[in-house]
Amino acid sequence: MLKDQDRIFQNLYNDKGSDVSSSQERGDWVNTKEITDKGRDWIINEIKESQLRGRGGAGFPTGLKWSFAPKEVGSRPHYLVINGDESEPGTCKDRDILRFEPHKLIEGCLIASYAVQAHVCYIYIRGEYFIDGQKLQAAIDEAYEKKLLGKNAAGTGWDLDIYIHYGAGAYICGEETALLESIEGKKGQPRLKPPFPALIGLYGCPTIINNVETIAVVPTILRRGGKWFASLGREKNTGTKIFCISGNVNTPCNVEEEMNIPLKELIEVHAGGVIGGWENLQAVIPGGSSMPLIPKDKCETLTMDFDSLMAEKSGLGTAGIVVINKDQDIIKCMARIARFYKHESCGQCTPCREGSGWMWRMLERMAKGDATKDEVDMLGDVTNQIAGHTICAFGEGSSWPVQGLLRHFKKEIEKRNNLDPIVQKKNNIPYLVDQHLLDKKNA
Amino acid sequence: MSLRRPAKDQPESFEFNASSLEAANVIVAKYPEGKQQSAVMALLYIAQKQNNNWIPLAAMKYIAKFLDMPYIKVYEVATFYTMYNLAPVGKYFIQICTTTPCMIRGASKLVEACKEKISKNECELSNDKICSWMEVECLGACVNAPMMQINDDYYEDLDKQKTLDILDKILNGETPKPGSYRGRVNNEPENNRKTLMDLKNA
Repeated sequence: MLKDQDRIFQNLYNDKGSDVSSSQERGDWVNTKEITDKGRDWIINEIKESQLRGRGGAGFPTGLKWSFAPKEVGSRPHYLVINGDESEPGTCKDRDILRFEPHKLIEGCLIASYAVQAHVCYIYIRGEYFIDGQKLQAAIDEAYEKKLLGKNAAGTGWDLDIYIHYGAGAYICGEETALLESIEGKKGQPRLKPPFPALIGLYGCPTIINNVETIAVVPTILRRGGKWFASLGREKNTGTKIFCISGNVNTPCNVEEEMNIPLKELIEVHAGGVIGGWENLQAVIPGGSSMPLIPKDKCETLTMDFDSLMAEKSGLGTAGIVVINKDQDIIKCMARIARFYKHESCGQCTPCREGSGWMWRMLERMAKGDATKDEVDMLGDVTNQIAGHTICAFGEGSSWPVQGLLRHFKKEIEKRNNLDPIVQKKNNIPYLVDQHLLDKKNA
Repeated sequence: MSLRRPAKDQPESFEFNASSLEAANVIVAKYPEGKQQSAVMALLYIAQKQNNNWIPLAAMKYIAKFLDMPYIKVYEVATFYTMYNLAPVGKYFIQICTTTPCMIRGASKLVEACKEKISKNECELSNDKICSWMEVECLGACVNAPMMQINDDYYEDLDKQKTLDILDKILNGETPKPGSYRGRVNNEPENNRKTLMDLKNA
């Protein structure tokens, strides 16, 4: 288990309060000027050395992303945008940062803005987190009062304004370009890439977009050094991460742990074990709903980091772990996730808009046992026609969980759905166009 | 995609009152000059708050004029995002998360409670027209499942009986205390905390 002094989010459970003075006791805002005085290149190099990867799901190296920002500010200003549109089912880490560690985020914004030369930072928070957003706003107001923001923020000589922009219940706005569209006051429909936001982003200006957790760990990394961060976890999967463990466990919780921690340790130690015991475990969704599930036998030895989960054809995503035990109907669970994606598709690309509904309807039928044998393969076919054929990664996100189900629980589906439309001619199968032929007496 | 339609009965006109106007001007100032369209989402919220939790078409027209942008663009935004209510939902709008992490911890029991106490169908006003309920997608409090949101507040760690109690209070005009209903502190593992112990005991 990670040592307590190596945990970045000391106030994860709000033992101490989230105002400036108690944050300063935890080390925030202490020597911000010393950090910025070392210069942009030092900051970006230190982040590169720490091998910090984005915490929003894709795991893109943060230092590399920052280095994409133009070195000189041209006629267009630079922007920093923080993605707090946390909507992935199973994930609730950013909410705790917004309400309990706001000053880690705000200080991170200042340092990141300095590194990418932005004077304005927008924090995009999902609309449902209105109360938590208000807490962040209070922290921002307090920071302005203490001269930690605004002109010559925290004595660094850098001017920074931070504004909060609330979303309004669209999952897709967590996609970076959809988020930019949303800030511009449009429907949240993703843009084509390239051009990438680092060059043409918000209002057509260079924009760096980072997740809340990514930015909130930056000040601590710079204080303690990239080497310290890189010493935790393993090569290319370094540092600590907030894991959200939900579902059928005895004590669901958020906990900050080292990368590459065994999944079994997370569940058994922190989450109090699976309800009904480890033997009652059926499957685990390791990184938020869009990551393919992992069956029990692999959970024994699985370690939680980007690359080891990739090797299992899944992914760390947002590290929202959903534990599903044997009391649940796995097909129904996945059908509900498919319904989520059907509801949240932005409707821009046809394969996703139509396909997400297909997957949901087929899975609902499969959960009831109303599907035919052939449909199991057909479902796999539908997922393949969505993934990779859309503008943004939502296509993959919606089809991966279904592919995961087919990969590991195909037998279960086939056992339940063994209808054969040719033999059972009286059965009314809604999609079958040639039903009228079967209804004939001599069919 | 979700299917959303504006209400049939629409008020003829809409205008910001003094406090909304002030709030709107503060919001517009957040964005660069000439980019006032960015404020449309926040202004729709203000209109929704002023107009008893829903947005009439007249408000969209008013906001379009206010921000100097085409009406259809405001309409697009208002119909795209699900948190804008296009029809009356009552003073207390109850949203129950039923996505998988909540579902496997018994969100359907919360839905039952709403059906008993408020109305048979979702998005239907209760008899006294002060509240309605709806099943929604993930609200982002998965480790506190099952949970529901009433207006802005989260009610977490619920079961059927606790939901019934909360709804009773709401229907009596009281505001129940938000947060966990199993008495746990925020998102820590209940009675099983193994981290940051020095801080806890300090």
